[in-house]
Amino acid sequence: MALTTRLRRRVAVWGMDLVNATSRVLRRGSGTVAGGHLALRIDPNLLRSLTEGADVALVSGTNGKTTTTALLTQALRTAREVATNDTGSNMTTGHVATAAHAAPNAVVVLEVDEAYLAKTAVWTTPRVVVLLNLSRDQLDRASEVRMVAEKWRTMCSTTTATVVANADDPLIVYAASAASSVVWVAAGSSWNLDAVGCPSCGGHIAFGDDGWACGHCAFRRPMPSVACRADDGDLEVALDGVLYRHPFSLPGAFNRGNAALALTAASILGAAPEQAIAALVEVKSVAGRYSHEVVEGRQVSLLLAKNPAGWSSLFEVVAGNGDPLVLSINARTADGADPSWLYDVPFEVLRGRTVVATGDRRHDLSVRLHYAEVDHVVVDDQRAAITRAATPGRPVTFIGNYTAFGALVAEVRG
Amino acid sequence: MIRIAVLYPDLLGTYGDGGNAQVLECRARWRGLEVAVAQVLAGDDVPDADLYLLGGGEDGPQARAAGLLQRDRGLHRAVDRGATVFAVCAGYQILGHHFISSDGSATPGLGLLDVETVRTAERRAVGEVLAEVVAPGWTAVPTLTGFENHGGRTRLGAGVEPLANVEYGVGNGEDATEGAVAGNVVATYLHGPVLARNPGLADALLERVVGVPLPPLNDERIERLREDRLALRP
Repeated sequence: MALTTRLRRRVAVWGMDLVNATSRVLRRGSGTVAGGHLALRIDPNLLRSLTEGADVALVSGTNGKTTTTALLTQALRTAREVATNDTGSNMTTGHVATAAHAAPNAVVVLEVDEAYLAKTAVWTTPRVVVLLNLSRDQLDRASEVRMVAEKWRTMCSTTTATVVANADDPLIVYAASAASSVVWVAAGSSWNLDAVGCPSCGGHIAFGDDGWACGHCAFRRPMPSVACRADDGDLEVALDGVLYRHPFSLPGAFNRGNAALALTAASILGAAPEQAIAALVEVKSVAGRYSHEVVEGRQVSLLLAKNPAGWSSLFEVVAGNGDPLVLSINARTADGADPSWLYDVPFEVLRGRTVVATGDRRHDLSVRLHYAEVDHVVVDDQRAAITRAATPGRPVTFIGNYTAFGALVAEVRG
Repeated sequence: MIRIAVLYPDLLGTYGDGGNAQVLECRARWRGLEVAVAQVLAGDDVPDADLYLLGGGEDGPQARAAGLLQRDRGLHRAVDRGATVFAVCAGYQILGHHFISSDGSATPGLGLLDVETVRTAERRAVGEVLAEVVAPGWTAVPTLTGFENHGGRTRLGAGVEPLANVEYGVGNGEDATEGAVAGNVVATYLHGPVLARNPGLADALLERVVGVPLPPLNDERIERLREDRLALRP
């Protein structure tokens, strides 16, 4: 029995590697999906057996998954070997590819799609689960956000992991408070429209400067044990009574929150916080996000935002400068086919700026900007849009949703 | 002064339909009309207004909104005195006699439209829609474009007219119709938001309220979007 189980696992991994290598050569996709499907057909228990005995950390949430996974990986590498799915394949097919090639004793750090988190936790018996935030995203193909919170709550009630959770998001607190071991992190939130109805009793949650509380039941923001400060260029994290401070280049309050969550998880998994934070602040860009590129001879800062919460938090970042903006919207499968969410994004804050609309759904964006009373021009091609936006002496900021961003990164990096 | 009330955006605001209020506000203001938009949160009293908007939402919040509106009765009184109501998706279902949620439970609606929403074995209707307006008094509105995303199927009773006939997509589901109209109550499954994609429908609603035809606006950007969407026409 043990022999056939091992044999099945070896055949599955061998088949996966062959298919993945082939699809990479043929440049079909990121090279983990097709092989993963084959492997999981041969051995449906593959992820369980590959992670047996390993320390596993799972990172999930609507926004910041990829960045937080990268920060955690960087922090943890100061103490331990790490295997991680940094290709963006955040479903089981990508997870088996990562786990199959993890060194013995490596910590397996997995970014996990929200809909896959519950079953991934069952298969991998994680030591740490990091829960970032939950908000509306791709409603045409994903579950409504409260259904996700319910599934996460059920997962939390059975897991043996320590859950590292954002105390500022009521839906996250609703899920994580079912866990037997939770570390609450004040990671911040710039979007609360999906949480005004209390997930616990249906009452009304009021948000104030000192947190949030339901007006009808005892559900309220838990007292965080880890906090971060967001009001200057440094990352400041108070962890276990010690204040750690380092210059930090990733923009925005949300990235300081991501860093605080990553640092907390890394310290639970054995990294010394002082070394971990020094390593983590070295992350300057993540899969193209936050990178600075030269496009058509112009300096361009690249930002990715996929949903109203993501766009809102990036507007906080760009509010401080007057740089010209290129906004690019697609509505392909990976973006969600319904761009109605554009009306949940506060584009009004861009009045008076130089704005160029592009992407497959540039005309949807144009009508949205029209009703936000933001002057803009529409340009079909993304690179031409950057040229059109360019102003001498100023970098262009490009914000695209998932496939729009991916297309530009692929073009400029060749 | 045109008074617009957005009902329970905290419960029925999941699909960007809040944009409908912004579209109406802009299109009134751009013509020099005075307009005020009130966001009425769940639990607040339904105020007096000329035009009420309801949007789409998830099952739990939808049932809660139906219960609150039933108790408040303000929307019933508004319809009795001839106010205009425009409802989308979950808001549409709430206006009917009852609706069945994804867990199979039935929730009483407000009975302001003679429709009922059921669940069938068919898959959730998700995708682009094109529909030709057929409701008497509304046929000057050009082809509707929008995005639908609903599990329920809505059956129309004798007391309503279909808003439109579906050319592309699902709509109400059983008879190739889309939406419903009775008097000044208009409902549709279309998101987009639907009034951003269909300025003709937005203006028709405003004209109901002000009682006179409105001068045209420069809708060049919207016409360009409509060309894009109408290209789906079979």
